[in-house]
Amino acid sequence: MRLGLVIDLDVCVGCHACAIACKEWNASGTIGPLSDYQPYGAEPSGVWFNRIRHYEMDEYPNNKTVNFPMSCMHCEDADCVTVCPTGASYKRAEDGIVLIDQDKCMGCNYCSWACPYGARELDRSSGTMKKCTLCVDRIYDQELPVEERQPSCVLTCPAHARMFGDFDDPDSAVSRTVRERGGFPLMPELNYNPTNQYLPPRRKPVIPVDPQPRGGLKESIKQFANKLVRR
Amino acid sequence: MHPAFSVIFFTVASGAGFGLISLLFIADTFKLGGGFSREQLVIGGLVAMALIVFGLLSSTFHLANPKNAWRAFSRFRTSWLSREGVFAVVFMPLALIYLVCIWFDAPLWLRETFGFLTAMLAWITVFSTGMIYACLKTIRQWNTPLVPANYLALGYASGSLLLLLGAVYAGLDTTPYIAMSALIVSIAAVLKAIYYFWIRSPGLTPTINTATGLTRAKVKLLDTGHTHGTFLTQEFGFQIARQKAGLLKAVVFVLGFALPGLMLVWVFNQHGGQTAAIVAAFAGIAGAAVERWLFFAEARHVVNLYHGAQRC
Repeated sequence: MRLGLVIDLDVCVGCHACAIACKEWNASGTIGPLSDYQPYGAEPSGVWFNRIRHYEMDEYPNNKTVNFPMSCMHCEDADCVTVCPTGASYKRAEDGIVLIDQDKCMGCNYCSWACPYGARELDRSSGTMKKCTLCVDRIYDQELPVEERQPSCVLTCPAHARMFGDFDDPDSAVSRTVRERGGFPLMPELNYNPTNQYLPPRRKPVIPVDPQPRGGLKESIKQFANKLVRR
Repeated sequence: MHPAFSVIFFTVASGAGFGLISLLFIADTFKLGGGFSREQLVIGGLVAMALIVFGLLSSTFHLANPKNAWRAFSRFRTSWLSREGVFAVVFMPLALIYLVCIWFDAPLWLRETFGFLTAMLAWITVFSTGMIYACLKTIRQWNTPLVPANYLALGYASGSLLLLLGAVYAGLDTTPYIAMSALIVSIAAVLKAIYYFWIRSPGLTPTINTATGLTRAKVKLLDTGHTHGTFLTQEFGFQIARQKAGLLKAVVFVLGFALPGLMLVWVFNQHGGQTAAIVAAFAGIAGAAVERWLFFAEARHVVNLYHGAQRC
């Protein structure tokens, strides 16, 4: 098994709900807590497994905002695991999930240097490295109904931009979607072979933008006055 | 990269220590300049080991959870960080046996064998230190064979200047020590110059396009998605102004290579003697420290692409 996520960049609305759900579940999960520093202070910061960035591709008027959630890619050739001197970082043989044994980590940050995706963050309160577990404490939980045995981020996504499944099975929903939509991994040139895949934004017709209608004398006086008045 | 002072102190101090003890072995074998006495060799060896031990101890200060530091010896087969630790620990008893051999006038073959093994382990350990950085594909300024070469050259250069200081204090003929220092310092300077030249051009590196997979158009960051800094911005966000980096490179060459070179001439011409040798050693080590700081400060991790850098 090779478990991972598919993230649809076409439908992600950038609401950060996946990050919040992730934090909510994992704060009390196997490698929680996810400490916050000054959560209500001047410089709020803290540990997150999932972060959403926002990009703009192409230029006006063909530009498009792309919301970009990123968590651990659970790479097949995970350098974060090979560089770890203590053996705290490991990749599970049975499902490919990359995890950190909190009892072995010495907090040297070396694995975070080896990760190109910024998936690993040091928790200052415990002094250990933390990262996405793919909700390993949830996806195998026999107490949960079958449909809820998925990572928190996938369950919560209101736009259904996230899918979870087994990439080793060519007929799984994730494998089929990646095939049909032309899914891609991030930074493939570094040869980490990330498991998580991203679906590209669909091509959409360009919305024609008319040039500004010319205003009369009244409009130009208004604009001139606006220029004079400093707010 | 954020330059952590504990790591800078560790790499500079232990590099100088490993360099010193390796060259001490050479000086002992060939009785350079008349040869150090038994006590002088042992003192030199202990100084080298003190530099290494203090360096190793300081390297644990950057650990967030040092109580697990002993586990760092466990992944010898895959991790260069683990290898460095193991080699440094294997080095210690060998170096001690070597010093004991010197102190108790052990048979020459025994003394030379352990001296050679000590020098070998010193070489391997410093190489492993360099490989900790050179094996990372995420930082192009580090992912080059010049990195372990620089670590070794600067370690030996610092060690050779310390050894020269010892030779001056011991009242030996300094000519062979000056020749050795001059050669090693010049090699270190040339290697460092090649390194600075090499990292100037980015070559084939990841860009914001390959990082996001949006390769058909220009991509720019709109929002990082965090209110204040994160672990990633603290660890990898550090950026040095190009002008400041250029100035510091000049400092590295003047302080680390030119000034010790000039002092070698002074020692050779019997100007100043001890003072010149002290200035040479301290300038060399200070230059190495500036070089090490710059080594971290100039490194740009690819995660910066997700925070808006167009290329790293």
